[in-house]
Amino acid sequence: MGEHVIKLPDVGEGVAEAELVEWLADIGANVREDEVIASVMTDKATVEIPSPVEGKIIWRGGDVGDVLAVGSPLVRLEVDGAGNVKPGEAPPQEKKPEAKPEEKKEDKKAKQDSSSPASGGGVEAKGRDGGGQANGKTPPQSTALTALPAREGAQKENDRVRDRAGEQTSAPKSAMPRPEGEKPLASPAVRKRAADAGVDLRRVPGSGPAGRITHEDLDAFFSSDGETATARGAGYTRNTLVKDVPVIGLRRKIAEKMEAANNRIVPITYVDEVDVTALEDLRAELNNSRKEGRPKLTILPFLMRAMVKAISEQPHLNAIYDDEAGVIHQYGGVHIGIAAQTPNGLMVPVVKHAEARDLWDCAAEAARLADAAKSGKASRDELSGSTITITSLGAMGGIVTTPVINHPEVAIVGVNKMQVLPRWNGTEFMPRKVMNLSSSFDHRVIDGWDAAVFVQRLKALLETPAMIFIEN
Amino acid sequence: MEDVTCKVLVIGAGPGGYVAAIRAGQLGLDTVIVEGECLGGTCLNVGCIPSKAIIHAADEFEKAAHFAGESAIGVKAGKPEIDFAKTLTWKDGIVKRLTTGVGGLLKKNKVRSISGWATFVDGKTVDVKENGSTHRIRAENIIIATGSVPVELPFLPFGGDVISSTEALSLATPPKTMAVVGAGYIGLELGIAYAKLGTKVTVVEAMDKILPLYDKELTRPVEKTLKRLGVEVILGAKAKGQSKKGLDIETADGKAETVKAEKILVTVGRAPKTEGWGRDKLVLDMDGKFLRVDDKCRTTMSGVYAIGDVTGEPMLAHRAMAQGEMVAEIIAGHNRRWDKRAIPAVCFTDPEIVSVGLSPEEAKSSGYDVKTQNFPFSANGRAMSMEAEDGFIRVVARADNKLVLGVQAAGKGVSELSTAFGLAIEMGATLDDIAGTIHAHPTLGEAFHEASLRTLGHALHI
Repeated sequence: MGEHVIKLPDVGEGVAEAELVEWLADIGANVREDEVIASVMTDKATVEIPSPVEGKIIWRGGDVGDVLAVGSPLVRLEVDGAGNVKPGEAPPQEKKPEAKPEEKKEDKKAKQDSSSPASGGGVEAKGRDGGGQANGKTPPQSTALTALPAREGAQKENDRVRDRAGEQTSAPKSAMPRPEGEKPLASPAVRKRAADAGVDLRRVPGSGPAGRITHEDLDAFFSSDGETATARGAGYTRNTLVKDVPVIGLRRKIAEKMEAANNRIVPITYVDEVDVTALEDLRAELNNSRKEGRPKLTILPFLMRAMVKAISEQPHLNAIYDDEAGVIHQYGGVHIGIAAQTPNGLMVPVVKHAEARDLWDCAAEAARLADAAKSGKASRDELSGSTITITSLGAMGGIVTTPVINHPEVAIVGVNKMQVLPRWNGTEFMPRKVMNLSSSFDHRVIDGWDAAVFVQRLKALLETPAMIFIEN
Repeated sequence: MEDVTCKVLVIGAGPGGYVAAIRAGQLGLDTVIVEGECLGGTCLNVGCIPSKAIIHAADEFEKAAHFAGESAIGVKAGKPEIDFAKTLTWKDGIVKRLTTGVGGLLKKNKVRSISGWATFVDGKTVDVKENGSTHRIRAENIIIATGSVPVELPFLPFGGDVISSTEALSLATPPKTMAVVGAGYIGLELGIAYAKLGTKVTVVEAMDKILPLYDKELTRPVEKTLKRLGVEVILGAKAKGQSKKGLDIETADGKAETVKAEKILVTVGRAPKTEGWGRDKLVLDMDGKFLRVDDKCRTTMSGVYAIGDVTGEPMLAHRAMAQGEMVAEIIAGHNRRWDKRAIPAVCFTDPEIVSVGLSPEEAKSSGYDVKTQNFPFSANGRAMSMEAEDGFIRVVARADNKLVLGVQAAGKGVSELSTAFGLAIEMGATLDDIAGTIHAHPTLGEAFHEASLRTLGHALHI
């Protein structure tokens, strides 16, 4: 028997660290060669890490959400034969994030809860028996709370659900927190906290040994407002569930990106209405007469081509602003990021060199990338390198948005929903298909005037779509 | 003298009063404290601190005397002498340092200190007489912290050779003979100290046991010491009065006897100081001889609080300090009430006795089903290595949930262990908490661990 250490491989050019987003094998599990044992995430691409050997997992290098450096040990396997660890070599340092044991416990708890939805009720029934013994006056306070229904959240594996009220299943079984006349047991610090909050500890159930009231019990009492669900009668009940969702993986990336955008960029948002009646006629015509195998056109490829055209006149909008170096990198190529909602969250796949693609090619590439992003198969390369971005919520697009610029770009074009509205043509109201474009610009480097010129240019192009395709 | 107004007025600068004043000052309350004698009250001037100094000197002297004779550990020294005047100077130096320190702390926390005797005019006004002039102080809140005084027996009035603990701490020289009336902790602490200094001490106690507040198990090691020191203890006897030769008593079987005594030390308890500060100008309910206070130390008059010995038993400095701190916070608007689980009590006898929380008897009479065991120091390595095998530590716990209700100990230096006992009870420790805590080896504290293990049924070293 030997030991084999799998280190976090180099998962992409220039990537120094990656975040663990999923463990696919537990400690003690036997894995076959090439079986995937973990997923890690870099920027926005997820990489699966297979085991190069067959063996049994005896140690894991972190928990989901931990960031590991490339080359650091990921997993230790017990393997037949010598393995790749010399005897006597120091085993990799155990990494113990502070909250680890607790989280694990909660994970387990959440799983138990989701697997047996009836458990809360069972505990409650037991509690009632105990309550009857004690004095039979009030239904059980502490245990009744565990019967609250909201359990859906517990089912998502990664979500750590902490039902604060539920934590008290180990509290004394009586209805009141403790027999009448018995002093509540709590450390001086807990007593002071309760006093400061004006809470009478006699009303607080204790979960500690000998019914000691802990800080957590007090937390639970505060979040339950000191009232029980049953005390309020049937019907609407308060939901005291507090779900702690760790911000990890893609969500963390998005959060960091948004924070960077908000902290650094001074945005100006400009909204104008575009009459797309003519564009819609053209689009319908093209879709009806399209060749076999060609994608159905949406507004998106028209907008992409219109942006290519407008950018050729205002190249400084197709840029990356390196504010630390004080340089704006203006790109010749128009690499359009297309914000896409995926099951995991927002992703921005990139259509490279839109200036070199015709309408159909733009449509095909955008569709391909959207699919890849949604299925989680988009590569790191396909998710980076944009120089300007389009964001569209389609029919959900509302009438105005304030798009957040995809840092470190300088411009983003937002498409709002299209609707048929009466518009005055000088002599009468006509039904017109109109939509708004809500676009944001980095005001540090783009003046309001330039922003307005850009949007007006897009508007003109989209309202007279033939102009998109006419060369200068 | 001009009038003074303030937010908080504290009457009495003993441990309760000065702590209340310091805390009030910390909380930004405009505070005045009035003291008729010395800052620090009984505790610092004529109680806890000077008595511990005398006890220490007596212990050191006895040790030296022990080395002049046969000593098991092989140390030999000449016959010791004591320059008692120097002892007193040293003791007074300690008192001086501490009382000066209190003054500094009050100043640091912007508390105005006025010396003089305070008399209430009404519930918001107090007159302070000092060197013939009178300050009138008006305060929103008044804290009565007047403390207590030694109880005097009508047939043995203080004066001359009949002394209280106060005078016993400043005798020019240890008397040849001394009668101690009352075998409570004050009488025994001082009686044992003087016995060690060479005085022939006789203790006269009306009850049938010494240290009536403690159970027999705890007092037995002290009895042993009294015997070793040649202190005669006469139980069930009544003091009758002073005669030429000493103290006249009536023994348990009704015989009249005389105890030879140069000095008669009367230590039959302390009485709250409820007179002499104008209580008649107020409307305060009493609780026996004490002022009645609620769990916020409020008296029956709004804005008038009382803390310390004047509010009841146990008359201990640390209780007064905790009350003082609490009342200052209450006046500052914090939500506080007396919620302490235990007030440790310590006898600085030889050996020392500590009791925190409930004794086995008290626990049983409170209705608990009790588990209790002790661990003797005779099985403790550290105790053996410092010739301190007398005594034990005892743990009292609830049988149902193992909550520790009380801890008692007798033995050399156990006063310091009161900290651990108090913390355990205040934190709501169970036997398993103590059993699960690593106690350093070799220390006397291991006996606390072992007593808990023994109560759980699996002591390791016995």
